[in-house]
Amino acid sequence: MKTLSHIITDELGLHARPAGLLVKAAAAYSGTNIQIGTPDNMVNAAGILKVMQLGLPKGCCLTMTFDGPREDEAAAYFEAFLKENL
Amino acid sequence: MAMEVYRGKGVYPGIAIGSVFVLNPPVLLPETGPAQNPAVQWERFLQAKETAELQLDALYHKTLRELGRSEALIVDVQRMMLYDLDFNQHIEHSIKDVFTSASHAVLQAGQHFTAIFSAMDDAYLRARAADINDIAQRLIDILSGRPRRPSITSPAIVLADDIAPSDTVRLDKNMILAFATRRGSVNSHAAILARMYNIPTVVQANFPTIEYGTPIQAAVDGGAGALYLQPDNATLDRLNETRLRHYSNRQKLDEVRGLPTATKDGHTVRLHANIGDTASLKAAVANDAEGVGLFRSEYLYFERDRLPSEDEQFEIYRTVVEGMKGKPVVIRTLDIGADERLPYLNLPAEENPALGSRAIRLSMNRPEMFRDQLRAILRASAFGPVRILFPMVTSVWEIRICKKVVTQAKRSLKRDGIPYGEVQIGCMIETPAAVMVANELAAECDYFSVGSNDLIQYTLVVDRKNENLNMFYDPRHPALLRMLSMAVESAHNAKIPISISGELASDPHLTETLLRMGFDEFSVSPGYILELRSRIRELDISQPPQRKG
Repeated sequence: MKTLSHIITDELGLHARPAGLLVKAAAAYSGTNIQIGTPDNMVNAAGILKVMQLGLPKGCCLTMTFDGPREDEAAAYFEAFLKENL
Repeated sequence: MAMEVYRGKGVYPGIAIGSVFVLNPPVLLPETGPAQNPAVQWERFLQAKETAELQLDALYHKTLRELGRSEALIVDVQRMMLYDLDFNQHIEHSIKDVFTSASHAVLQAGQHFTAIFSAMDDAYLRARAADINDIAQRLIDILSGRPRRPSITSPAIVLADDIAPSDTVRLDKNMILAFATRRGSVNSHAAILARMYNIPTVVQANFPTIEYGTPIQAAVDGGAGALYLQPDNATLDRLNETRLRHYSNRQKLDEVRGLPTATKDGHTVRLHANIGDTASLKAAVANDAEGVGLFRSEYLYFERDRLPSEDEQFEIYRTVVEGMKGKPVVIRTLDIGADERLPYLNLPAEENPALGSRAIRLSMNRPEMFRDQLRAILRASAFGPVRILFPMVTSVWEIRICKKVVTQAKRSLKRDGIPYGEVQIGCMIETPAAVMVANELAAECDYFSVGSNDLIQYTLVVDRKNENLNMFYDPRHPALLRMLSMAVESAHNAKIPISISGELASDPHLTETLLRMGFDEFSVSPGYILELRSRIRELDISQPPQRKG
């Protein structure tokens, strides 16, 4: 299993548009379990409603975990994704 | 039914009378009747989902074409909600375990998730409840065989809670006589459409829920901010009279089209238009503007979810310059601060954005962004007379730096073999500091442009959007009038022209005062140009002003 942490710098936090992009990307790694959230509240990254319900604001530390056959590839992809979009 | 009057905020003037078109019935109305067996219901739901996806695909492409990528992404999020695991599980549970009908199951799931989002802290996410409601309503409409949000087929007054982005794409603008919304503000989608297409509009009018399809007459008075349901004859007569007066005024205004903007005693000024995009360029030309006095380049930045490239900006600037056919075009460089939501700029939040890193301060901090914009403006100057205007100047050194960046941009264009024309450099006079150092600034500039809204705000220390401060917001405050005179004097001592924009420029009670002060140019919204010209042509400033009362 791989783990990523990221501090959100986007003014609006994890809002609808990046959440949509993130969920879409997570769906592309089917077979790998990708979770997102804060350590005490992790949800499946492939569900747009759950991801948006996290309501993570700017300045919040976001955690992602990857578990499955393509975990290295997925972690590398999302590391770049978070830097660029959030 | 007797006449009912609902007061709201008028965001675009004008009068409309006609039947109503209720846009979004705010309640979900699912089909009723006993549920058939769960397997049939589940199958119906899956089919409805496929239909909904096709509809959203079409909407996505239409939105992308008409409103851009940023709005289209919202449609994309709706598409994802359709396939969201939690949403689907909620529905599956209702159908298979509780034996509800497909549409009732969707209704319940929609209400469940709408409630969760409505209770969230973040205003932006709270607003997403509308997206969930939208998607649930779409599925229910498909399941019940109701046409999806019927289109307007004959001209009507549109009544709605608020106008959604998807509505702005979908509605035939020629069929909209007027808008009346319960919520909304001057910045809502309805208001933006209203200004773009000259639609009388009232927002924040607390009218009751009306069933879709109810045959009901209404009237909207956008100037007075009123909605009338079932207007009585006396009201209709009065509104018609007002409408006629508007119309004959309009005709009288057409008579000054093409005439010089000069007072009776022959004092000539120039009347320019404030615009922000190519749609308002058409309005400027149609209203006989003698130039563009203020092109607000911000809109180019708001429309996107990334910085506009040099080429994208150049195309727009060139369209404006060519559209004005040799008349001058003033392009103001990016004028925003941390209070505007441009997420891609990653502006750090500021305690006090009005006194923060805004306008040229921001541009100077982002040399590449600044250079791209200046190169784009310079390239457009090869197609007609262009002036560059720098906003929020407080010190002479700032204008010197800006000029240096212009020189560098010219040099880089020359290196790249790209043509550019002669540009004039101007400075906005919108801070008390700029007024006090206007003599020195004038030595560096080809013209001045007074931004009266900010000058009032920064001089009187009043936020004009704060309704509690109305009594302190005085456009005729002597401090302000003296500042204006000082700015004009400094400009004329240096033999450069000075223009004025903002609220004061189109205030009919101040036209004579501003003319007497010596302003050379007035820059106003396209819709005010002919009115202002007609007023100026009736004035005579050769004699000292008459004291009233």
